[in-house]
Amino acid sequence: MKNNYISMQNISKSFGKVVANKNINLTVHQGEIHALLGENGAGKSTLMSMLSGVYTPDGGSIFVKDKEVRFAAPKDAINAGIGMIYQHFKLIDVLTAKENIILGQKNGLFLNQRALTERIREMSARFGLDIDPDKKVYDMSVGEKQTLEILKVLHRGAEILILDEPTAVLTPQETEKLFKIMNRMKEEGCAVIFITHKMNEVMEVADRITVLRKGETVETVHKNSTNPKHLTELMMGCAVDLSIKRIETEKSKVAMEVKDLIAYNDEGVKVLKELSFSIYAGEILGVAGIAGGGQKELCEAIAGLQPVKQGEIIFEEENLVGKSPSEIIAKGVSMSFIPEDRLGMGLVASMDIVNNIVLKLYQRQKGFFINRKPAEQKSLEIVKRLDIQTPGINHPVRMLSGGNIQKVLLGRELDSKPQVLITAYPVRGLDINSCHTIYDILNEEKQKGVAVLYIGEDLDVLLELCDRIMVMCAGEITGIVDARNTTKEEIGLMMVGAVNSDIKEELS
Amino acid sequence: MEALISFLAAAIVAGTPLLFATIGEIITERSGNLNLGVEGMMLMGAVMGFMVGMMTGNAALALLAAMIAGAFGALIFAFLTITLRANQVVSGLTLTIFGTGFSNFIGQPLVGQIAPEGIRLFFRPYTIPVLGNIPVIGPILFRQDAFVYLGYAASILLGIYLYKTSKGLNLRAVGENPGSADAVGINVNLYKYVHTLLGGALCGLGGAYLSLVYVPAWQEGVTAGRGWIAVALVIFATWNPYKALFGAFLFGGLDIIGFRMQGLGINVSQYFIDMLPYLVTIVVLVVVSMKKSKENAPPKGLGNAYFREER
Repeated sequence: MKNNYISMQNISKSFGKVVANKNINLTVHQGEIHALLGENGAGKSTLMSMLSGVYTPDGGSIFVKDKEVRFAAPKDAINAGIGMIYQHFKLIDVLTAKENIILGQKNGLFLNQRALTERIREMSARFGLDIDPDKKVYDMSVGEKQTLEILKVLHRGAEILILDEPTAVLTPQETEKLFKIMNRMKEEGCAVIFITHKMNEVMEVADRITVLRKGETVETVHKNSTNPKHLTELMMGCAVDLSIKRIETEKSKVAMEVKDLIAYNDEGVKVLKELSFSIYAGEILGVAGIAGGGQKELCEAIAGLQPVKQGEIIFEEENLVGKSPSEIIAKGVSMSFIPEDRLGMGLVASMDIVNNIVLKLYQRQKGFFINRKPAEQKSLEIVKRLDIQTPGINHPVRMLSGGNIQKVLLGRELDSKPQVLITAYPVRGLDINSCHTIYDILNEEKQKGVAVLYIGEDLDVLLELCDRIMVMCAGEITGIVDARNTTKEEIGLMMVGAVNSDIKEELS
Repeated sequence: MEALISFLAAAIVAGTPLLFATIGEIITERSGNLNLGVEGMMLMGAVMGFMVGMMTGNAALALLAAMIAGAFGALIFAFLTITLRANQVVSGLTLTIFGTGFSNFIGQPLVGQIAPEGIRLFFRPYTIPVLGNIPVIGPILFRQDAFVYLGYAASILLGIYLYKTSKGLNLRAVGENPGSADAVGINVNLYKYVHTLLGGALCGLGGAYLSLVYVPAWQEGVTAGRGWIAVALVIFATWNPYKALFGAFLFGGLDIIGFRMQGLGINVSQYFIDMLPYLVTIVVLVVVSMKKSKENAPPKGLGNAYFREER
């Protein structure tokens, strides 16, 4: 009954000196959802990249349906019935859904558009997917793009689906929908491999779970014989306290007030629509919302990077609108913005820690030449305080791991002793330990009376860490709720635009 | 009217070398390779085409030689940028300098020689039955030489290839996002090589038109910067072979308008005329950038080397 669809035996892979996978074993059956659980850097993605033919293993063997295979390119994996859905979608923006689906497949010389549309509609119906074949990808929402990715691999006859952290970018409602699709595929006899580090999702949808740690297999367990605590211990290798502290502080004075903020982006689209809210000293105000809902623009508006059309940002009885970023920094508003690619904004990748500190420090120095001494001092302090793993302060930040890069950025921002700290996605892509270090740092700042604006993705974290949560949808505030008495579902609904009636009370 | 028709017919002749180079560069850039060696590949095609033409007197062999020479130039570029993942801009510029030197060196004994009569006869204007007799359009478009007709055909075939075939769809995907194309099983490097070489062959043909038909004699630097105009034309045409057809003939017209105006007794500085194609390109760039249409944008992967296992 239980067919072994995939069996990976003693797989090893290293990149230079870094060992990403070491003697990993994984078996996946037909008709099961198999979760691959592990921290960042545990080797989940590397392992799956080998199964999908992107990387070639240094050692070990892969069996698909009991036949040994060697994938030289993604094409071979596709032909073996393996379909990978990458975390960063592999879609071509300027093409339609249909064109993306047939891409790279053996078609006749000319494209038969009508027959294709027919086939796609028939397939969408079978798997309960909903997609418009003629829609261009750049017009699609994240959820739609993911559906398209799934349809794309199914159209290639995939029986083994690999989903790489598929829920990272979805709203709770979209996640529910995805789980339904996954269960449907399971019923159709596919095997689904689901990469994640979210415990609750594993418990909800997976049948069996394989835990990886530091490039090695720890154990494969049945869902029924485990619990989140046990899984976490397997993942971390020791017992850990996963709860995030929320330090209670007295609600004090307003640190910053935003009134009727309106801004347009380069294309002339209104991205901030009359935002009004206050942030108090000694609180963490969380901001939830689907990517592209105006969170980035809000941060940039406060930091003076995004031109504001109308409205006020009042800080210490002064309007910040129209001031230059350096004037705003000098007043004590600091931003650590962690973009998707981590290094894009904030740090210069090829420079070392010292020079990155200098970037912000030199403006306070006099004279033509740069005095590197104070920066070196600061670098050492930051490395020590935030426990940054680096061979030295003169090591390019590009070579550090993601978590350490984030710590450098955060350390530099905290060094200017801000009164308002804006952090956007500070734990993006970090493992649990690093996440908790960052949460602790934020809590520490909060205790000092700093007002923290925290733009986050993980609703569970927002609920545990923040005092209040502001939800944004398409540039509007759809609600500001107390994190102590709200639910994920409520926030999820507001993220897609359902306006919460509590806002009015909160705002007044 | 007569004067206008004869001007437009001449504009098509002047635009044909530009057309070949432009569609060659379009197909190259569609694969994500920004090859700035157009001028060099045109010169290589021009000199080899001319030399083989002189030796054999055979038009087909001359064109074949020009294509091989252009493709050879593109092969250097492709090897550097695809296999060795060198910087595309630097490699392209180097190719231009190399191509110029190569053509001067090979062409040294040929300077001043006139293309053989057999070839000149082969490329004499030929009126297409029926089409050539349509008033106005006939004399402009369909009383040209075989090389011009080859240019029409190449552009239209390329357009069909890009927009109507599955191979063309794959090519567009490679240029837009090689990572995604690779993930669906398209052989990215193969696509890049094939289309870069094909592009080089077309540029070589553009050069051969200059030395064998347009001038028709060998002189150093026979392309006179037309390779650069072609690079600008690719942007003007927004990477669309059909629009390239229109753009190349428009720029061909701008190329010869100075002579014609002098003929009519209007005095305009030749330097101003020389500047016109670039001025038009700047205007188009401004308009296109302001409209920000996703369809008219350059291929997103343009200029970047692709390496699958990069982390």
